[in-house]
Amino acid sequence: MVSLLILLTATFGMIHLIPGDPVAAALGPSASPPLVAQRTHELGLDRPILTQYWSYLHDVVTLHFGESITTESSVSTLILQRFPNTLRLAVPAFILVVVLALPIGLLTAVRTRGGRGRTTRRAFVGLTGLLNSIPDYVLATLLSVIFVVGLKALPAAGDQGLRSYVLPVIALVVGPAASLSRIVRVEALKVLDTEYIRAARARRLPMLLRYGRHVLPNMVTASLTYGSLILSGLIAGTVLVENVFGWPGVGTVISQAVVQKDYPTIQGVLLVLGATVLFMNLVVDLVLGLLDPRSRVGEL
Amino acid sequence: MATVAAAPAGRGRRRARLLAGAVPLLLLLGFVFLCVAAPLLWGDPASATHVAQAGQGTSVRHWAGTDDLGRDILARTLVATRNSLLLAVLATMLGGAVGVGLGLVAGSSRRLGRLVSAVINVLLAFPALLLSIFFAVLFGLGSVGSVLAVGAAFTPGFARITQTLTAAVVGRDYIDAARVLGRRPLSIALRHILPNIGEPVLLYSTIHIGTAILSLSGLSFLGLGVQPPSYDWGRLLSDGLTRVYISPGAALAPAVAIVLAGLTFNMLGEWLSDLIAGRESGALPAGPPQVSIVDAEADDGTPGDRLLEVRHLRVIYPGHRGSVATPVRDVSFRLAPGQTLGIVGESGSGKSLTASAIAQLIDAPGAVDAQTLRFLDLDLLDRQAVDKVLGRSMAMVFQDPGEALNPAIKIGTHLLEPAMIHLGDPKPVARRKAYDALRAVAIGDPARRYRQHQHELSGGMKQRVCIAIGLMGEPKLLIADEPTTALDVTVQRQILRLIARIGRDTGAGMLFISHDIAVVAEVCDRVAVMYAGFVVEQAPTATLLAGPAHPYTALLVAASPTMTTDKVAPLPALDGRMPSPDAELPGCYFADRCPRADATCTGHRPPLLRIAGSQAHRVACWHPLTGPDRANDAGTNDTRTNDTGTNDTGTNATREEAPL
Ligand code: SF4
Repeated sequence: MVSLLILLTATFGMIHLIPGDPVAAALGPSASPPLVAQRTHELGLDRPILTQYWSYLHDVVTLHFGESITTESSVSTLILQRFPNTLRLAVPAFILVVVLALPIGLLTAVRTRGGRGRTTRRAFVGLTGLLNSIPDYVLATLLSVIFVVGLKALPAAGDQGLRSYVLPVIALVVGPAASLSRIVRVEALKVLDTEYIRAARARRLPMLLRYGRHVLPNMVTASLTYGSLILSGLIAGTVLVENVFGWPGVGTVISQAVVQKDYPTIQGVLLVLGATVLFMNLVVDLVLGLLDPRSRVGEL
Repeated sequence: MATVAAAPAGRGRRRARLLAGAVPLLLLLGFVFLCVAAPLLWGDPASATHVAQAGQGTSVRHWAGTDDLGRDILARTLVATRNSLLLAVLATMLGGAVGVGLGLVAGSSRRLGRLVSAVINVLLAFPALLLSIFFAVLFGLGSVGSVLAVGAAFTPGFARITQTLTAAVVGRDYIDAARVLGRRPLSIALRHILPNIGEPVLLYSTIHIGTAILSLSGLSFLGLGVQPPSYDWGRLLSDGLTRVYISPGAALAPAVAIVLAGLTFNMLGEWLSDLIAGRESGALPAGPPQVSIVDAEADDGTPGDRLLEVRHLRVIYPGHRGSVATPVRDVSFRLAPGQTLGIVGESGSGKSLTASAIAQLIDAPGAVDAQTLRFLDLDLLDRQAVDKVLGRSMAMVFQDPGEALNPAIKIGTHLLEPAMIHLGDPKPVARRKAYDALRAVAIGDPARRYRQHQHELSGGMKQRVCIAIGLMGEPKLLIADEPTTALDVTVQRQILRLIARIGRDTGAGMLFISHDIAVVAEVCDRVAVMYAGFVVEQAPTATLLAGPAHPYTALLVAASPTMTTDKVAPLPALDGRMPSPDAELPGCYFADRCPRADATCTGHRPPLLRIAGSQAHRVACWHPLTGPDRANDAGTNDTRTNDTGTNDTGTNATREEAPL
């Protein structure tokens, strides 16, 4: 809640903290002073600051994000149109990251327990380190060079059916999956060393059951706690990846808006993205609460 | 021997560790060189426009092609190194300086600290990229704006790590002392705190230069960073992307540069932290846990009636520097169905590892070695294909029931699993059994407990559940490893009685491990005393208590004078320590603490031998304290040993095994 309020205040305050007159900047040097004044008035930027803040909060609650300075079209409509596209990238990527990172991290942990498998460990750390240092936009570029330009196997840009998801999702998933599986490995090592896993082994429970039912739930708790940051970074990642693939989500909107100094649009998109991040953190917390019967969430 | 072998190994590892840094260091040098020299060397082709050559693909003259003004992209990429790296370093320094400052405040002052750390927390919840975009909008487009933005986005991370480190340092005495002396907070921060947290903060910065390169390039890529006509890698990448069909090289060159730079700083950071970690762990002595062995009891039970047979069991761990630790050195004993054997010893005597070895719980790199290790008719040294039988017929109760029950799984599931998996019971049958098992360990309202998690139960209740889990199979052997140590004194006795009763009711054999001879005496028919990985004495409980033969046992018994009190008196002070698992002694391992030790003791290992006049009482000692019988032949014993002393270790086994 506090975070949400700070987020709102920050996006609101942004337009006032910008040096110079935002409206004049947005309309460009050719705009005449009366036009600037008129737009300023239309946007309500000449009213007292507290009044503005209050009406901003009111607008946000009723999903009115104002109008674009440049196109004068409604920002809310734009976001409602585009944001689902962003989610259609981010949600599958989110799921894929978790689905990949958990088994990979767990398996590596099993193979590298107690100083065993030094080569495996080194290979794992090296590879995840490498994958982690390739930023998503660069990976996206490389992927499109290979698959679109080189092999002509996949569509280049935009949203053209299922196949156009492949590259953006891969570009989004690789880095976060690599760093999350690192965290998972460390957490799994801790769990594997616990007495209850020893006890499960003493009871000769089969391997799959042991890892699936006994290790996984205990590990997910800690992994997700650390991993939630990585996952919310994924939302931010879509901004860049969308730009590479010309994906019609909010990422392409914001990069244009920033260049055009279209502040209401920037405000709206940042607010939506920020709120999504907060929402995801909340979801992770809730999932943790469900998974962990001790409900440690309260202390975290 | 061991130390001689260890030295080159240690040096080799250190060299390998240093060598691992060669790659990132070389790369770093390369980048620094490019920063300085690239604009001079390739400045011309990077900026000279040749409209005639505009938009070319990869060619011999232009490896990565040319842009739409005919400028060579490879040259531009190389020249852009300076811009990209410099801005990244600046942004990191900016974020670092502000963040460390805030962190110092948050870590060292209470009131202000709370406010600052609340803000840090909120900011940390947002991905750095979102923060950078936000700040880039605030500070305006361009190089300055993006450096400020990335720096600002890094600030919370730096502040957090500084705060954590500072908080750790502030608690120390010398900070308090400085405060008492009236130093001002600022001078304390600069003089005392900063030097202590400098290293990790620098490390963090190194890794963050890599991140800064990626973030700045990302901003430029979006068009928010460096503005034309200047350019960095991100700018080149986004320019290249628009023409990726004509000339993939235009996008590849800056992409490779970004990845390489990011990787360099990442590797550098990891290498540095490895070095630091290595320096710290290198000082640690090799220290695998110590365990001692129980020696074999040869003459109980008839041969056809054996449940568990252990002969010359050893547990070995490779040490850190080529040495070998043998926490269990020589343990032999036998257990018949329905019998109870207690194993007593201090921590580090090897008693728990003996139990683990029997339960096949010793993990690599540890190794189990024995002449015989049999349970029923299964060879426990063979790890294959015995899971079902073992799961059904061997049950184990651990020291801390809170640790032994999985916190994420219901009690019921714990109980169901063995029956369903090892006995193949259908779920309803298994559930009925589970209720019965809970009732058998005196848990009321089994249906409710069944649905609970371990944290909802008391300690004693948890241990009852653990015992009940053991009852879900068809236990033939119950291994209880210090089952009451972690419990309240009031509960200990109840659990003890429960274990004894379960043993009787099921007719299972029991191995009961404890450091407390009084506890063992209460439950067990026979007792084996372990010291430094050996069984030093073994006897029926009453015999052992009435007349301990080994000087060490005598001390143990003396420390626990009455069997009826729960109070455990500490061991009488002994000089010296138990030999460590990697010690290799020719003689008695108790010699340097033993009041009766002489040259024979230090020179020759005493074998575990039967005491004259007693079938079941065995001791490994040259000068045992025993009744009049034994005292009489003590003299002859001594001379005999001196004669045959050298052979003793070798012939030990044969002599001892004869009665088996
Ligand atoms: S052999 Fe010697 S040193 Fe060892 S316990 Fe007996 S008397 Fe003591």
